[in-house]
Formats: sequence, C-alpha cells, structure tokens
Amino acid sequence: MKTDELISLLATAAEPVDRHALARRLLLALLAGMLGALLMTVAIYGVRSDLAEVARTPLFWAKLALPTSLGLLALWLTQRLARPGVRGGALWGLLGLPLLLVWLGAAVSLAGAPVEARADLIFGRTWRTCALNIALLSAPVFAAVFWALRGLAPTRLRQAGAAGGLLAGSTATLVYCLHCPEMAVPFWGLWYLLGILLPTVIGALAGPRLLRW
Amino acid sequence: MQRTNPQDVLSARESQLQALLLLGLAGDAGAYREFLAALAVHLRGFLRRRLAQRPAEVEDLLQEVLLAVHNARHTYQAQQPLTAWVQAIARYKLADHWRGQARREARHEPLEDDSELFACADEEPAQASRDLNKLLGQLPDRQRLPIVHVKLEGLSVEETARITGLSSSAVKVGIHRGLKALGRLIRGKDDHEDR
Repeated sequence: MKTDELISLLATAAEPVDRHALARRLLLALLAGMLGALLMTVAIYGVRSDLAEVARTPLFWAKLALPTSLGLLALWLTQRLARPGVRGGALWGLLGLPLLLVWLGAAVSLAGAPVEARADLIFGRTWRTCALNIALLSAPVFAAVFWALRGLAPTRLRQAGAAGGLLAGSTATLVYCLHCPEMAVPFWGLWYLLGILLPTVIGALAGPRLLRW
Repeated sequence: MQRTNPQDVLSARESQLQALLLLGLAGDAGAYREFLAALAVHLRGFLRRRLAQRPAEVEDLLQEVLLAVHNARHTYQAQQPLTAWVQAIARYKLADHWRGQARREARHEPLEDDSELFACADEEPAQASRDLNKLLGQLPDRQRLPIVHVKLEGLSVEETARITGLSSSAVKVGIHRGLKALGRLIRGKDDHEDR
C-alpha cells in the first residue's frame, strides 16, 4: 500500500472525536477498579464495626487525606503521561508533600509518646498483613487503569506505569480505610506507604512491557 | 517591506496544521486528509534524516507513525503544541524501531537531536517494503471488509453496510478496530522478525 492510499484510508475513517475521551476512559476505569476494591474489602476483610463513630473524629479524615492526596496527584500524573509529549515534571516532586506531612505527624506522635508505647504506634496490630492487603486490593484498579492506558498513547512507558500503579495503590488504600482499624500516624506513614509502593514499583517494572503500542 | 524569519515560518506552519487537525477531530474528513498529507511530508523529512543509513525503512516507518498518529488522535488537546505531540509519537516509534534493530544487530545510531519537525520536508515518497494490504488480509472479516469496501473501493458507509450485512455503526466500529489491529500487526510482525 502506498502512503497516499493509507492517508485516504485514515481520512475516510475520520469519525468526530470526543474531546473528553481521555478523561472519560480514565475515570471509568478508576471507578470500575474502585468498585472492585470495595467489593473485595467488604467480602474479604469486612467493614470495621465502629466506622460511624470513628468517622466523626478528625483523625479518621486525616487518615483518608493521605491516600486521597496521593491518589489525586497520581490521577493527574496518569492523565498527563497518557498523552504523547506531556511530561510528569514537577508533579512527581509534589508527591513529596503528603509524604512529608505524614512523616512529620508520625515524628510528632512518636516524640510525644512514652518509649515503651512507640513500638505499638509503629506496628499496631496488623503490620504483618497491612501492606499486602493494600497491594491485593490494588489489583482491580491496577488492571482497569492499565486497560485505560493501553487505549491511550503513553510514550514514557516506565513513568506512565509507575503513575498508574501509584493511582491503583492510593485508591486501594483509601478503600482499605473502611476496614483498617489502625489509627496511629506512624503506622500509616510506614505500612500504608509500603502498600502503595508495591503496585507503584510493579507498574514501573511492567509499564514498558504492558503499555507498549 | 516585510521580513520573515524561519521561526515565524515554522509557527505559521504549526498553527495551519493544528487548525486542520482540529477540524479533522471535529469530523471534517477533507481537512483531516489535508492534515495527514501535509504531516506526511514533514515526517518523511524528519525520518529520512534519522534513518540516513537505512533509506529503505523510511516509508515503512512513516506509515507506522501516520497510523499511530491516527490511532492516538483522541489524546491530542488543543492547548498542546502540535509539534510536541507529533514529535513524541514519531520519536517513540523511532525508538521502538531502533530497539528492534538493536536486537537484530549490535549496532548503534545516535538518538540525540532536537531539530524542529516542521523544518523538515520531503515530498518524495519511496516504496514501502512492508505491504499493508497483506497485513490487512490477516484481519477478521468484520474489520477487513469495512476497510476494503469503504476505502479501497470508495463506497460509503451505508453502501458497505448493505453489502456486508453489518449495521452502519458496526462498519464504523470495524474500521476503527481494524486500524488499531493493523497497528498491532505491524508491531507484531517486527517483533517476529527479531527472533
């Protein structure tokens, strides 16, 4: 086929394009993945029984703020990296802000606690399973977001994969907060972040293979 | 007397092409064809300079990039410079191509350069060695037939729907999916040659 013929073929196939196609695809994937994570949480772990009470405390909302801020930044990064010629840039650096805040909170909390209580603040009762639970819950979001990215046009595959993995991990953590009984800031600053880091690293490693187009 | 410097020429070309693309994205097939034809001229120059050692591959890669531009057109947003968007796609496909080459032979070609895409032009099409028609033959009927009838025989979507017994929307979907699949086939074929 000559190039001219290919051009005619492509021009014939030129249906009007929805200007919000990218946002729609990504949000659809995110919602579907989140629903999957929600169902898994309810089915596997169960919602914590004191949710209604704890939701009235500011600490609970501070806990949600960590995955929410990371997730919003990851969503922004993902939609940028899904487009050719758009960099992640300073957004990667902005991720440091929630991390800094949670570690600052953790330091304050540890400093104010008696020495013998510090281990409890860090390990809580569920440190053995927390990160792995989050990584498991991130699977549906991870699959959905990578599906969305495969229909878009990322050209920096490793970064796009990492951003997608981060989005999956943050969303999973947000949903996991419905179950997780831990209310100590040092715990979040370690195990939540570890749980988010896992899908992020997997995304970065798998990106070049899964997202190639 | 009016003076024009090269930078003005480039940005005029950029905004002209962008206007055509935006019309095309809104469904104006004529403008879209004009955009692709003009883009092909620039891309050919762009690729020919980067594949100076292998002129035979220019036309293949050009077709691959055009197909990629078409299949990724929903990721273009009007506020982004068109040059950045197109060059990112062309570079990505070029890098992919070189990765394939590198696996075939341990040979290195420099990737560096920041020259402007619209500063290059080459209207001289070479012969493409990869025959897209053959690849087209590998697509399933519901994708291949709409492409063959609408494009190669110049029928309208409605006529094609009547001949193939598909609905008009199935014809459009078939063309859309077929072109995506064609992109994958090109890649798959190159992968296969690597082994």
